[in-house]
Amino acid sequence: MKKTDLVIIGGGPAGLAAAIAAYENGIRDILILERDVALGGILNQCIHAGFGLHRFGEELTGPEYASRFVKKVLELGIPVKTGAMVTDLTSDRKVTYVSEEDGKVELQAGAVILAMGARERSRGALNIPGSRPAGVYTAGTAQRYVNIKGCMPGKNVVILGSGDIGLIMARRMTLEGANVKAVCELLPYSGGLARNIAQCLNDFNIPLLLSHTVTEIHGKDRLTGVTISEVDERRKPIHGTEQYIECDTLLLSCGLLPENELTKKAGIKLDRVTGGAVVNSMRETSVPGIFSCGNVLHIHDLVDYVSDEGEVCGIYASMFLKGKCETANDTIALKPAGIVRYTVPQVISSKDEDVRVFFRVGENKRNAKIEVLSGDTVLLSKRKQRVAPGEMENITITKSMLEKAGAELTVNIGREDQ
Amino acid sequence: MYDVIIIGAGVIGGMIARELSKYKVSTALLEKENDVARGATGANSGIVHAGFDAKEGSLKAKMNVLGCSLMEDIAKTLGVHYRKNGSIVVAFDEEQDETVKALYERGVKNGVPELRILTGDEAREIEPKLSKNITSALLAPTAGIICPYSLAIASIGCAMDNGASLFTNCEVCGIEKTKDGYKVTAKDGRAFESRFVVNCAGLYSDKIADLAGKGGFKVHPRSGEYMLCDKDAGELVNLTVFKVPTKMGKGILVSPTADGNLILGPTSTDIEDKEDRRTTEEGLDQIVRGVNESVDDVPLRAVITSFTGLRSVGSTGDFIINESEGFVNCGGVESPGLTSSPAIAIYVRNLLIGAGMEPDLKEDWNPGRKVFKAEPKKYGRIICRCETISEGEIISAIHTNPPAKDIDGVKKRTRSGMGRCQGGFCQPFVAEIIARELSLDLLQVTKSGKGSELLTGRTKEV
Amino acid sequence: MVTMTCIVCPLGCTLSAEKDENGNVTVTGNSCPRGAKYAETELTFPVRTLTSTVKTDKGTMLPIKTSAPIPKDKVREAANALSGVVAKCPVSIGDVIVRDILGTGSDIIATRDMA
Repeated sequence: MKKTDLVIIGGGPAGLAAAIAAYENGIRDILILERDVALGGILNQCIHAGFGLHRFGEELTGPEYASRFVKKVLELGIPVKTGAMVTDLTSDRKVTYVSEEDGKVELQAGAVILAMGARERSRGALNIPGSRPAGVYTAGTAQRYVNIKGCMPGKNVVILGSGDIGLIMARRMTLEGANVKAVCELLPYSGGLARNIAQCLNDFNIPLLLSHTVTEIHGKDRLTGVTISEVDERRKPIHGTEQYIECDTLLLSCGLLPENELTKKAGIKLDRVTGGAVVNSMRETSVPGIFSCGNVLHIHDLVDYVSDEGEVCGIYASMFLKGKCETANDTIALKPAGIVRYTVPQVISSKDEDVRVFFRVGENKRNAKIEVLSGDTVLLSKRKQRVAPGEMENITITKSMLEKAGAELTVNIGREDQ
Repeated sequence: MYDVIIIGAGVIGGMIARELSKYKVSTALLEKENDVARGATGANSGIVHAGFDAKEGSLKAKMNVLGCSLMEDIAKTLGVHYRKNGSIVVAFDEEQDETVKALYERGVKNGVPELRILTGDEAREIEPKLSKNITSALLAPTAGIICPYSLAIASIGCAMDNGASLFTNCEVCGIEKTKDGYKVTAKDGRAFESRFVVNCAGLYSDKIADLAGKGGFKVHPRSGEYMLCDKDAGELVNLTVFKVPTKMGKGILVSPTADGNLILGPTSTDIEDKEDRRTTEEGLDQIVRGVNESVDDVPLRAVITSFTGLRSVGSTGDFIINESEGFVNCGGVESPGLTSSPAIAIYVRNLLIGAGMEPDLKEDWNPGRKVFKAEPKKYGRIICRCETISEGEIISAIHTNPPAKDIDGVKKRTRSGMGRCQGGFCQPFVAEIIARELSLDLLQVTKSGKGSELLTGRTKEV
Repeated sequence: MVTMTCIVCPLGCTLSAEKDENGNVTVTGNSCPRGAKYAETELTFPVRTLTSTVKTDKGTMLPIKTSAPIPKDKVREAANALSGVVAKCPVSIGDVIVRDILGTGSDIIATRDMA
């Protein structure tokens, strides 16, 4: 069986950053396996601007951001295979991929970085009642048709879900001549950035209907319309509030789900909340030598953080390959509490240097007090003007705090005001 | 001029076509939709029933038990996924315990082998996820699960490979008795002549029978909604778990599928419109309540899709299979229609021979299928990530009898689009492949035939 | 007094802006000077960056953007004006595909390398 030091599964922003970091840390025998025809991942179809402000100090479009990394990978001569789908991964790091060029290939990897990204929640997973006509798409699939294939999925559009992808597609479809009639959002607030509400909806007078959802899909062969309803505090449709909107296209932007089929195959422990692997500060999973970064680990809002995370994987995978990575025995579990839904990493070590911990909250809160506690002892307390589910946050737990920690630390934002 | 025209290319029409293709007769299959298996065959529980449910002495009972015994071999020959996992009917109180006993007795009378009555504890021992409220159960080891549309597609493919012709988008609107048999006309003007006609038009079998003056029965639609769970949930239970049946049907079940998913449902609601295949909020709620009663820990978070099938409920309460002047009716074939299909095929063949069809067998009949092989390297390009389906398999589906012509056709033959992401990733690629293989513009590719085009235009055309 | 969301960066600050008789604009709510500039411009001469695609001579789609923001009320027209454009491959990031779109002084430039 062919041996490869570092196999990176996924050639999107996470995988590309990981590859470059590994190379810069001395690893040469790298292989990036990308299932699509080109490197760049989902960024290739994200033709809008808004990427790279933190990292490059400028606002780039998706392809431009991707190109910075793709060019570097090609310059450094890092081996890449496109059109290569990884179909199996074992806990002893055997990677199987299939490609038109090579057929089925098995590799024994020294280390593996999981960077497979995410997929969209489908209509089926949303259980929207009604018929099953053509014209119902997830926003990302529609985006691929529009931006890569140059085809319009429809003319009269309703969008369910006000996350950024839905908002971006509202504008994109409008600028290609479609009539976007409404964006419906189940929650009483939008999950997307305020700037996107402004520049994608308000600029085009597209109504945003909060606390609304689609309760029926109509049409036999092709969509003819949707029924929307208002929902109550429990997000259940309120009977009597139904409205019919005639349309031929329904775009669904109802959440991204990390694609962890391979992760499961390798027997790696998953976090029920993130849907991604449980990792330590090195982004190493429960299987030594297998690391994870990007949307497959937890869904990100900013690609800049995806690149940072990729770099962490690249650095530590290199150290692992050089035999310099000690799997810590004295681990500290990080427990989310209050409105904090999860943390990444989920596990850290008392031997770590300062650790930047990323987390998300489950509800909007103003004047939030973020606390890190060891039992009842408050190690860190910080106030933030606003926290929201749609915006990933982070705090730094310093080395000296780690030395005072027990076996468990809690990251808490209380529901009640303090 | 054909010897036999079969109206309706579902699993019944398909299995009959395959059976007839053994003989030196020419057969034409007429199907009103853009592809085969678009009626009840495409949306049902996929159960091969043991046969204790149907009334003793009924055609349903006879066809069920015989069909069940034939299914394993046929599935193997045709390369269709089948698993003899067994089924269990569970009871929750004394009244239902009595029903279980009655089903057992009926099963024995119907000739169902290996039936056993279990206590609640015994049931939970073999199937740990069964509810603790279960008091007794009927175990039927001869029951199985199969992919129903795969069976239809494979049997039609086999029939076509052996000489049968398939005509799609061919909705029959007229049947005239002629000197030598029948003239069958379609909505688009095409006309076919044959000696014999077999009517297996499902929901519309009453209408077709009436067109030929061979009617006398009615078929009404009874809707059944389903939910399908991710393959991760496929091992929740091994057996197909039924509740005690009511007059509306066999009730909501929990079962693994032949492809490894978990299926929940169906509901059972009489409706008016034979084209109404909607799922409803109430229906989906009913399923949730129903499955939670019988089985613990049903992973509703793992639901990946829901759909509705329409049963053809015949007005006589039994299958309506008869022959007169060379016209054979196969009406009201609701459950256990799928299970019965191999037996119905033989029964209909015998009716046709009795009516004068030549009983000479072909010497060179091929019982399996001729599968188109794409260029080897195409099998290395994975298109559907969730189900790991290659471009080669998709190309093969487009060129193997009966050929796929649309997205749903590729989906039903290859499973591309049936995984977790439900085609979110692969659909644009599948559409491109269909367009290329059938020399279509991408804008002409449909989900399920004319009127269901995926795309409405190109960008940059404002 | 006009309230608006700043679109300059992902923070999306809620800005309040007021223009006095002399045309001077006072802005509050911004977290940085760019926000103040945005509010000022938005009140006097609103502009937007347009991102879209154009066809290439290879039949593929090339993503593009305006090299500088253009008047907000010209965005739709500019998007429509891209219909007849065909970019010649190979294209590099930054290549000018259309010079001075609709006389705005902004070019249409490529945002992806395409062979």
